[in-house]
Amino acid sequence: MYAPTRRWGVCMALERDKHIAQRALLTMDEVHLLDLYRRMVLIRRFEEKTAEMYSRGKITGFCHLYAGEEAVAVGAISALYDKDYVVSTYREHGHCLAKGAAPRAVMAELFGKATGLSRGHGGSMHLFDANLRFMGGYAIVGGGLPIAAGLGLSIRYREEPEVVCCFFGDGALPQGAFHESLNLASLWKLPVVFICENNFYGMGTMVQNAICQEELYRFAEPYKMPGVRVDGMNVLDVYAAATEAAARAREGDGPSLIEAVTYRFRGHSMSDPAEYRSRREERIWQERDPIKNLRRKLLSEQRLTEARLEEVDVEVAAVLDDAVKFAEESPEPALDTLGKYVYIEEGEGQ
Amino acid sequence: MAQITYREALNQALREELDRDERVFIMGEEVGYFGGAFKVTDGLLAVYGEKRIRDTPISELAITGAGVGAAMGGLKPIVELMTINFALLAIDQIVNSAAKIHYMFGGNAKVPMVIRAPQGAGHQLGAQHSQSLEAYFMHCPGLRVVIPATPADAKGLLKTCIRQDDPVVFLEHESLYGVKGEVPDGEHLVPLGRANVVREGKDVTLISYSKCVYDAIAAAEALENEGIDAEVIDLRTLNPLDLATVITSVKKTGKAIVIYEGWRTGGAGAEIATQIYEAAFDHLDAPVERIATLDTPMPYNARLEKAALPSAADIVKVAERML
Repeated sequence: MYAPTRRWGVCMALERDKHIAQRALLTMDEVHLLDLYRRMVLIRRFEEKTAEMYSRGKITGFCHLYAGEEAVAVGAISALYDKDYVVSTYREHGHCLAKGAAPRAVMAELFGKATGLSRGHGGSMHLFDANLRFMGGYAIVGGGLPIAAGLGLSIRYREEPEVVCCFFGDGALPQGAFHESLNLASLWKLPVVFICENNFYGMGTMVQNAICQEELYRFAEPYKMPGVRVDGMNVLDVYAAATEAAARAREGDGPSLIEAVTYRFRGHSMSDPAEYRSRREERIWQERDPIKNLRRKLLSEQRLTEARLEEVDVEVAAVLDDAVKFAEESPEPALDTLGKYVYIEEGEGQ
Repeated sequence: MAQITYREALNQALREELDRDERVFIMGEEVGYFGGAFKVTDGLLAVYGEKRIRDTPISELAITGAGVGAAMGGLKPIVELMTINFALLAIDQIVNSAAKIHYMFGGNAKVPMVIRAPQGAGHQLGAQHSQSLEAYFMHCPGLRVVIPATPADAKGLLKTCIRQDDPVVFLEHESLYGVKGEVPDGEHLVPLGRANVVREGKDVTLISYSKCVYDAIAAAEALENEGIDAEVIDLRTLNPLDLATVITSVKKTGKAIVIYEGWRTGGAGAEIATQIYEAAFDHLDAPVERIATLDTPMPYNARLEKAALPSAADIVKVAERML
């Protein structure tokens, strides 16, 4: 059943796209490259801290880590402007941080504190930041896609040059919501970039046991939109594809589907030891670590120095220590907020 | 003040709110060129154009979810579901998204959306097209559930719903579209959470909403001939629920019958009866009665369908027994 080499082969097929990533590298200045690196490291360290805090009982409930997939969030979101929207899933810490959310507020939400992004009412799966246009994590598989289409519709309605970037996993593809949303977005030429993070497993079920078409980007074709498969372990590759798709959407030419082939370094959630995967398969993918890859590339191409990258590592570590401290010291939500926010309160209306 | 139908009253409300607020738009199956499956949106496309009167594919989940997204993107969508039976295809977006977003994002997001849908039986449409599902939505915190009986309330409540910012499930009854009544011209707003005492009486309280209000009124008139003085309350909205008006009445009459077209078991009437017990047990002279649709899927045969539905005769019978 299990065929790691076959999956490895999938990634080999991506080698042909390397020149696209190379071009992206050449067109980016040092500030931009450092920013990519910084955001990816921030997400990785954030997830490591989260795992640590989870094991210490500081974070509870469902918690799905993004480690290994950083290149997808950072590559895609770097291709957006501030006013562009992001819609996410329950594996959302990375998307939220990449869009610019304060690590303090994200960590505090994971701790369930009043200072959290969603005031402790949301948790790991329901982060939201209106100012950053991070439009939320939705924990029903496929649930974010129709909402992304609706945001796209609002953009068209207001005639603004904005786009929506909608992330979802391979597990969302067999959902009706995926197909209905792609049809609607294409039919109405909505400015949505659909990004499928194909990490090969919907929880513990392999893609080939769930979806008749394993080349997920091919689902774009029946919906008459461009579909591309990119190396989701290469931030520059994702960036290049997302830039193109976002530009197309902004021009009014409609949606695109990007399949980013990636791998989660941890189980589905904190309670999943991932016994359905072989250690060999995990090792193969860890060698493709998106952060190590970028680091190697930046150094070998002499775009940034070892010292500069280490500065970032140190700086990020401090940011996270501060975030944890902030979360720990923050107050619990007051009990009387339990019944708040169910309905819009008097005076909140328009 | 003009005599217009329930359908025309809804159409008028939509026109007035489309004129009033640029952010308001309508989308749904057949709302544009067809004029609405029940002709509620008739003529709107010609006036407001495709941008604001948007025909959609048959994708209830995506339409409803797109309404949620559009509302979060600053618009005020009115999503028409052709009938409430199809809302079951959209229930994920209604319950898991629309109802939860304000809360689970800590008050930082809102979903000002109205979902309009006709429901109810009486036209021999069979098991899958005859349901009354208000209890499904009443059960879920975060949704407003509005269910007008009269043309005036249809207009006044719809206008209010469009202007407020909570997600609303607005339930119309298929048998009421042709019902005529006095409707105020222009600005007419009916607040949510205020029941209407349609008929005052001192012997028994008939609590109802939507089409069953007419059955309750007919029953009250029949009971009057027998010297029984029934009070009739039209709840108009199930969330918020105007319990105060109900309790005031029950304290006066000591007897309550809840009449509704949903299934008897787990229906809105079960909740209303319980709330009456909780708030006015000592004032009751008899157990609260429920008159509702029989707990079966709706049969096609006309005689069977009629027997499954609550009627004025049922109300009279129960009221006589109570007194």
